[in-house]
Amino acid sequence: MSPTIIEAPFGEILDPTDPPVEPRTSLPERSDDEPRGPETRRGRGVRISDVLAVTGAAVSSLCVTALLFTTLAPLSGLLPFVVTAYLLFLVFYALLVSTDEAAPVVRDRVALVAVHSLAVVVFATLVFVVAFSLIRGADALPHLNFYTQDMSLAGPLDPLSAGGVLHAIAGSLIQIAIALAITIPLGLTTALFLTEVPGPFARFVRTIVEAMTALPSIVAGLFIYASAILVLGLDKSGFAAALAISVMMLPIMIRSADVVLRLVPATLKEASIGLGAGQWQTVWRVILPTSRSGLVTAIILATARGIGETSPVLLTSGFTAGLNVDPLHGPMVSLPLAIFEFVKSPEPTMIARGFGTAAVLMFLVLLLFAIARLIGGQSIAKRERRRERLERAGSVVHRGLAALRIRALAARLRALITEMQERSVARRPRDGVSARRGRSAPAFPDPAVAEAAPRPTPEDPR
Amino acid sequence: MSRSRRGPHPPNALCQLYSPEDDRLTVDAPRRLTILRDAPDIRFRAIARAGGVAVLAIMLLVGAFLAIRASQALGVAGLSFLTTQAWEPDAGAGRFGIAAVLVGTILIALVAILIAVPLSTGTALYITEYAPLRLRSALVGLVDLMAAIPSVVYGLWGFFFLQQSITPVSKWISQTFGWIPIFAVDGVDPDDPLASPTVYTSSTFIAGIVVALMITPIITSIMREVFSQAPLGEREGALALGSTRWGMIRSVVLPYGRGGMIGGTMLGLGRALGETIAVYMIISPIFVIQPHILQAGASSVSSLIALRYGEATPFAMSALMAAGLALFLMTLVINFAASSIVARSRSGQTS
Repeated sequence: MSPTIIEAPFGEILDPTDPPVEPRTSLPERSDDEPRGPETRRGRGVRISDVLAVTGAAVSSLCVTALLFTTLAPLSGLLPFVVTAYLLFLVFYALLVSTDEAAPVVRDRVALVAVHSLAVVVFATLVFVVAFSLIRGADALPHLNFYTQDMSLAGPLDPLSAGGVLHAIAGSLIQIAIALAITIPLGLTTALFLTEVPGPFARFVRTIVEAMTALPSIVAGLFIYASAILVLGLDKSGFAAALAISVMMLPIMIRSADVVLRLVPATLKEASIGLGAGQWQTVWRVILPTSRSGLVTAIILATARGIGETSPVLLTSGFTAGLNVDPLHGPMVSLPLAIFEFVKSPEPTMIARGFGTAAVLMFLVLLLFAIARLIGGQSIAKRERRRERLERAGSVVHRGLAALRIRALAARLRALITEMQERSVARRPRDGVSARRGRSAPAFPDPAVAEAAPRPTPEDPR
Repeated sequence: MSRSRRGPHPPNALCQLYSPEDDRLTVDAPRRLTILRDAPDIRFRAIARAGGVAVLAIMLLVGAFLAIRASQALGVAGLSFLTTQAWEPDAGAGRFGIAAVLVGTILIALVAILIAVPLSTGTALYITEYAPLRLRSALVGLVDLMAAIPSVVYGLWGFFFLQQSITPVSKWISQTFGWIPIFAVDGVDPDDPLASPTVYTSSTFIAGIVVALMITPIITSIMREVFSQAPLGEREGALALGSTRWGMIRSVVLPYGRGGMIGGTMLGLGRALGETIAVYMIISPIFVIQPHILQAGASSVSSLIALRYGEATPFAMSALMAAGLALFLMTLVINFAASSIVARSRSGQTS
């Protein structure tokens, strides 16, 4: 940049013969190679006054509360102390902030503190609830017999080294398996009905199903008791309990599966129909594969609800201390019901068993959740990306496979060509065309179809 | 394009094209679509419809069976079923009714909702608005996991931990706010240091706290979903106009999510009304209307059923069915209200 004179100094006469005067003002040089991304966000910094306000409010609220509790007011107890200190903290904090901020900012700060503390209370309490059961059950969990024996030979006074919850684990698994065998086909069919066969009737079914999602579990138990046991003459058994659990799980599963199915992009369906697929083919090849992970999540969430319900099992199956693997006859206990019966006893060992069973139950739920996250967390894009990564990693294997595939393809093509040559001239040449088209890239980006058809490899055209 | 022939037409050649004979062109009815379905499609639609009918039938049968089995007891009791507090079905008409248990159920649910809604709103706002991005998905997963924790676990915690540790709080509330009728506790002398604390256990309040913890993750999960859908443009608009973060939440996020908040609250209320085991483990059932929520003795419909179904005579079973029917209808009404509120709100249009 050449130096330019922006402004001549006042009163000075410029002589053109003078050497050029150094400019008083110069523009900064702008280099184009500087990256001009979005401006980085600033303003998240912590100012010293914020820290001082928080600390000051905390200290003064603690002091005032201590003063109140020790000398001024007849107050005592830990929780009242915490509550008073917290409220005073809010007041003092608002006061301190208001000394140098406007009213909206004060409200913003107080809301920030309140929201944070509410969240902390909720998460701390929920984690505490879970940890409480795990800690109290820690006595029972290390004993191996806890998982391999039932309670038929162990009395309430026996130590923890005798008896276990095998009967409850087996009962829970059998009941949930039967319930899933009923709810998965029925629930998914109904969810498909709601999205694929729309109309006034489907709307009505959807309304009823949505209203039933919060069906009290004990009502589901009562229903099966009134219908299957009293009318159909079924035994009080694991099967009846599974039916009750199914009635409770069905609306939950249908509702979440319905939401998932409605999220399938319409463009995918239209592409499929545009290619000439019928509705059933679209459902089977496009909609179900696309929403597979969401559907699995729906199933697992309903399973987690179903496996933890006590009251339907209490009403329709009844309690037993022994292992019963026959779902059709005799009472069959489930994990939640076993917990319920264990903690009814005043014996410490039985209570420890109850907490241990709760830990086992929560572990089961956690396992289901982990599976759901593993399957449901991956979108199609993620799945594709992972497959690409895998392919890149195993490119040697892949290239070998591709070579084999190309060789097979070439052999087939050669066979086709010779066959066509052998045939009469009147033969239409369409076979070859359709065969070749079958090997071209799929027209719509559905992973299942893409997997079903041999995918083109980079070496393919050559 | 309108092809009205009433108006004055320029006398040119083009006008001749729109002769009166072309009348059928002016009729603007959509063409009838003919849909040809092949055999698999027809089969699929039939099976799907059958599934829908089956589920609908099951859901309607729940109500129908309960109503049929309950009719015997309802026929004997008549309207006194709604006004009687005692529960002695075998003693005949007028000796059993759901007045006490229904009031107890509603009280427990109200306590639960009053505790759970502020907690859930705060947590949902924290997750969507305040939490660091890295933490957010973990917290969402945690809340969803908590919503799936079996209620019996919450019951265990309530029975073995909360029951003892909440007594001083109950005592403090009742002594400080005892002049408000619902916080009053009968039969306790505040000046007696040796007074038994058992009068404060097994109360509506404790059951309400446990149920509140149970439904907080459910409500939080729904509210979080709704808050996170608040339109980005409006959020940015509010911030660009100089709003603070709380101002943005109050003027954009909360109004947008109001329908979802109400709907989520009512879904939580439905769960709270139907909760059985956690409540059953905590309360000591009584069959009079107990308006003092801090005092021992509470009741709920579902725990009544769980308590009495074992030794019930056929007639008592029918009375229990009637109680179950009442609970069922109550949750159904609340759920219908919830889903209609959610569907009518701005945030509920898409889901």
